[in-house]
Amino acid sequence: MSRIHLDHAHMRHLLKEMIRIRHFEAKCVELYQAQKILGFLHLYDGEEAVSVGAMQALTAEDAVIATYREHGQALARGIPPSLLMAEMLGKVEGCCRGRGGSMHFFDRGRRFYGGNAIVGGGLPLAAGVALADLMQGKKSVTVCFFGDGAVNEGEFHETLNLSMLWRLPVLFICENNLYAMGMAIERADSETHIIRHAASYGMPAEEVDGMDVVAVESAARRAAEAIRDGGGPHFLECKTYRFRAHSMFDAQAYRKKEEVEAWRKKGPIVRFQGWLQDNHLIAEAEIAAIESEVDREIADAVAFAERGALEPVEDVERFVVMKEVPA
Amino acid sequence: MIDYRMPALGADMEAGTLVEWLIHPGDKVKSGSIIAVVETQKGAIEIEVFAEGTIAEIVVPVGQRVPVGSVLARIDDGGSSPPVSAAQPEIATPIAQTAEATGKRFAPLVPPPLTVGATGTRPKVTPVARRRAAALGFDLLHVTGSGVEGSIRLADVERGAQRRAEPTRHVAGYDAAAMRAAITAAMSRSKREIPHYYLSETIELGRALAWLEASNAARAPQDRLLPAALLLKASALAVRKTPRLNGVFLDGEFKPGDGVHIGWAVSLRGGGLIAPAIREADKKSLSEIMSALRDIVERARKGGLRSSELGSATITVTSLGDRGAEAVAAIIHPPQVAIIGFGRIVTRPWVVEDKIEARPVVAATLAGDHRVTDGHIGGLLLANIRDLLQEPDNL
Amino acid sequence: MSDAAASSFLRLTYREACKQALRQALIEDPRVFLMGEDIGRYGGCYAVTKGMLEEFGEARIRDTPLAESAIVGAGIGAAIVGMRPIVEVMTCNFSLLALDQIVNNAATIPHMSGGQFAVPLVIRMATGGGRRVAAQHSHSLEGWFAHIPGLRILTPATIEDARFMLLGALRDPNPVLIFEHVMLYNVEENLDPGVCAVDIDHAKIRRAGRDVSLIAYGGGLPKALAAASLLNKEGIEAEVLDLRVLRPLDTAAILETVSRTRRCVIVDEGWRSGSISAEIGMRIAEGAFFELDAPLRRVCGREVPMPYAAHLEDACLPQPEGIAAAARELVAPS
Repeated sequence: MSRIHLDHAHMRHLLKEMIRIRHFEAKCVELYQAQKILGFLHLYDGEEAVSVGAMQALTAEDAVIATYREHGQALARGIPPSLLMAEMLGKVEGCCRGRGGSMHFFDRGRRFYGGNAIVGGGLPLAAGVALADLMQGKKSVTVCFFGDGAVNEGEFHETLNLSMLWRLPVLFICENNLYAMGMAIERADSETHIIRHAASYGMPAEEVDGMDVVAVESAARRAAEAIRDGGGPHFLECKTYRFRAHSMFDAQAYRKKEEVEAWRKKGPIVRFQGWLQDNHLIAEAEIAAIESEVDREIADAVAFAERGALEPVEDVERFVVMKEVPA
Repeated sequence: MIDYRMPALGADMEAGTLVEWLIHPGDKVKSGSIIAVVETQKGAIEIEVFAEGTIAEIVVPVGQRVPVGSVLARIDDGGSSPPVSAAQPEIATPIAQTAEATGKRFAPLVPPPLTVGATGTRPKVTPVARRRAAALGFDLLHVTGSGVEGSIRLADVERGAQRRAEPTRHVAGYDAAAMRAAITAAMSRSKREIPHYYLSETIELGRALAWLEASNAARAPQDRLLPAALLLKASALAVRKTPRLNGVFLDGEFKPGDGVHIGWAVSLRGGGLIAPAIREADKKSLSEIMSALRDIVERARKGGLRSSELGSATITVTSLGDRGAEAVAAIIHPPQVAIIGFGRIVTRPWVVEDKIEARPVVAATLAGDHRVTDGHIGGLLLANIRDLLQEPDNL
Repeated sequence: MSDAAASSFLRLTYREACKQALRQALIEDPRVFLMGEDIGRYGGCYAVTKGMLEEFGEARIRDTPLAESAIVGAGIGAAIVGMRPIVEVMTCNFSLLALDQIVNNAATIPHMSGGQFAVPLVIRMATGGGRRVAAQHSHSLEGWFAHIPGLRILTPATIEDARFMLLGALRDPNPVLIFEHVMLYNVEENLDPGVCAVDIDHAKIRRAGRDVSLIAYGGGLPKALAAASLLNKEGIEAEVLDLRVLRPLDTAAILETVSRTRRCVIVDEGWRSGSISAEIGMRIAEGAFFELDAPLRRVCGREVPMPYAAHLEDACLPQPEGIAAAARELVAPS
């Protein structure tokens, strides 16, 4: 179904999804600075429209592979904030029993296959998941999220080539936020129009305004439908921007504050919420309600995480070697 | 080629266990070489060979118990038999395996090794060798290693420990019960078979003891003589004059000894009696006799006696010492034919030129085998002893 | 085992045994499929998969472009989602290009996901030197991979193991790497018709002995057996232990043989420093120190990128004479 039904319920849904991600990330900052979340933390502020929009095109049978900057994908896919918070606090109630942390969320029931800390490392996995679904006769789409940095890794090219060759049902979504850590795209890419890479493999590709959640949803639905119809892999380049630093420990010496501020003004929530408000499609009270619902969810999630238990150290080797394939 | 047989080390010894070989085939031996250790009910005894030649073959392995008279080894004495080959035959692990049955692990022996670590560094020892050495209480010093980089390895420890530990192990092993049984057997047999007659003579020792005191004043402490030396020498000289009391009664007839080998009775701590021989006692000086006495008493108590000492006495002397009774009517040790006894030296009234004086005296007794001698001969012996003790200078 | 899968020859080469194993796997389990470079039309670099494209078709015998990372990664993804892929990396020399996928994905996803996913992937690789193909084609990296928790490393050295270890690997829910030594492909042996499965957990004593233990694996096994023959003529009885599995190592078997013979020579084609021989030696030191009657010894690859010239290559690899010499020195030091 490539057409979106922009009814009130759906619009509220889109807005709430994006606001949930934004507030969740803010809470993560707070917890990180209180040293409750440790290690690396990569926040999604500014990119919400890409995850939220893309997820609208997926069903429960589809698969998702993301990167280390995955909070948006995880929440938009429906993984409860409580499981994510508990995971980041290192608790056994976390989605991965505290073994993965912020960069390695997995959820079997929701076909969420990580979370990958190696740039480009998830692309071959996505090809494999799609291959298996294809061989098993499923109509599933595997959505593979990655950033502009991954485009230069060998695995990007290997995977695009292989996927096209075997007509794997992969939807490649590149979140081009213009920086690979501290490396601006024009300094790293000889070809800054990323869709041209896809085109060079003969793959259908579309450039999308990643700050426009409706545009993203629309493009994703079109591509997913084509894939389900046996059209082989498709590619979306979503042009977006991250408002926060690459990770918590980043002085952002590589970009100017003015640039960030300029992008904030045209951020996905500002734009969508503004558009809804301008067109009287949503009431102030509703927005307030959304925010307070989201904040309560997140507060509950934090409380859940803080109550959680630590995995006994004796169990640390339990899943290194599996005794059986989980049913 | 000579057969070397299990010797009888005592009247009642019927069999012995070969517990250690001290030689290898190919080794040269001469008369008096100690070649093995035998375990008897009286304890462990080193046995000697009385031939000269080269060990040709070991017949009885370590751990095996054989009757007296069994061939233990063969010695090439250069006689009419074909010569032994120069190559050292294998003493293979079968010897060790047989020993397993007795619960001991013995390995083929090597000659005493040189000290390892001449530079003063610690010897290298493999972990299992060190462990085994600790378990055996074996000191690794002076062991040559045959392992990598000269390390002492398991085989070296097992070989060395067995060689070194054996004697002391056997020393501890005087089996009191076995000894009691042996004494019982011997004494019972003696009383059963030998018709004893008894004679006694009280001998005045004034002159002898005065001479002793004077002589000792001039001697270093470790060279000082005890009265026992005088008694023993006097007995030996007297026995020489009455050869019919010096020998053994075997196969229905008296066989005189080839010399005067006095069996000196030594009582052992914890009970038990043993009478090792002092050979050619009549020809030894008092100093030599004293040394011999000290030596055999010590070795008798530690278990280091030799077969020649135990089997070769021609007559026994038992001296009760200064804590014994005044006189002893002793029992002859078969197959000997007499036994001389001395009681405690006491001070008694003595008639000297019709006057009574206090003099040191000792009761000397003789028990004789009436099948061989009668009281006349026995009396001669005691008279001779008495006379000899009046001329201590001539002892 | 179905009739079609039963090997119809009792004497086969190592290569043929590998092939029959693959055929049996494909026949018995529809989830099994192969991916690798030149496994289809070319018939396999070492001719292991010759004829299989015709027999099983393109969907299950997938020729891939030269893209080790993508191939292995795709294998991982497919395994997570219910297939049983067997990925062939032409040789372990090329596996370096896929190291990220193997180490960061295959070995870690079960653990990272808190046990939500298993990765029942099999990767087959040719390994080893001796074919005069020089530095970039002669590595023995199985010891390296044995360092990674989450992986199982198999080194079949006999025809029987080549025939049946693969099937065990497919039943393992964890990623299994099978290293097939290049010098073994032509070796021919009889297969015991009574054997239709082997374990993938234990080492095996290939030759019983008393005086010294020779611990070997893969291409080193025939060399250790040859060394044992040489030693036998001198009255030294060497015991030869075939490790079969480098991860997890059968420590119990290693300690058992060394505790009995009390002397040990480890044979490892990998470069000596930090090799699997170091791990084995350390385990012996940890578990059987007080049983040892001689220092531990090892015969390893010389620390040189493999040279091309035949005499140089031979000098860089363990050889039976060298193994025998090391053992001899322990038993009867000169």
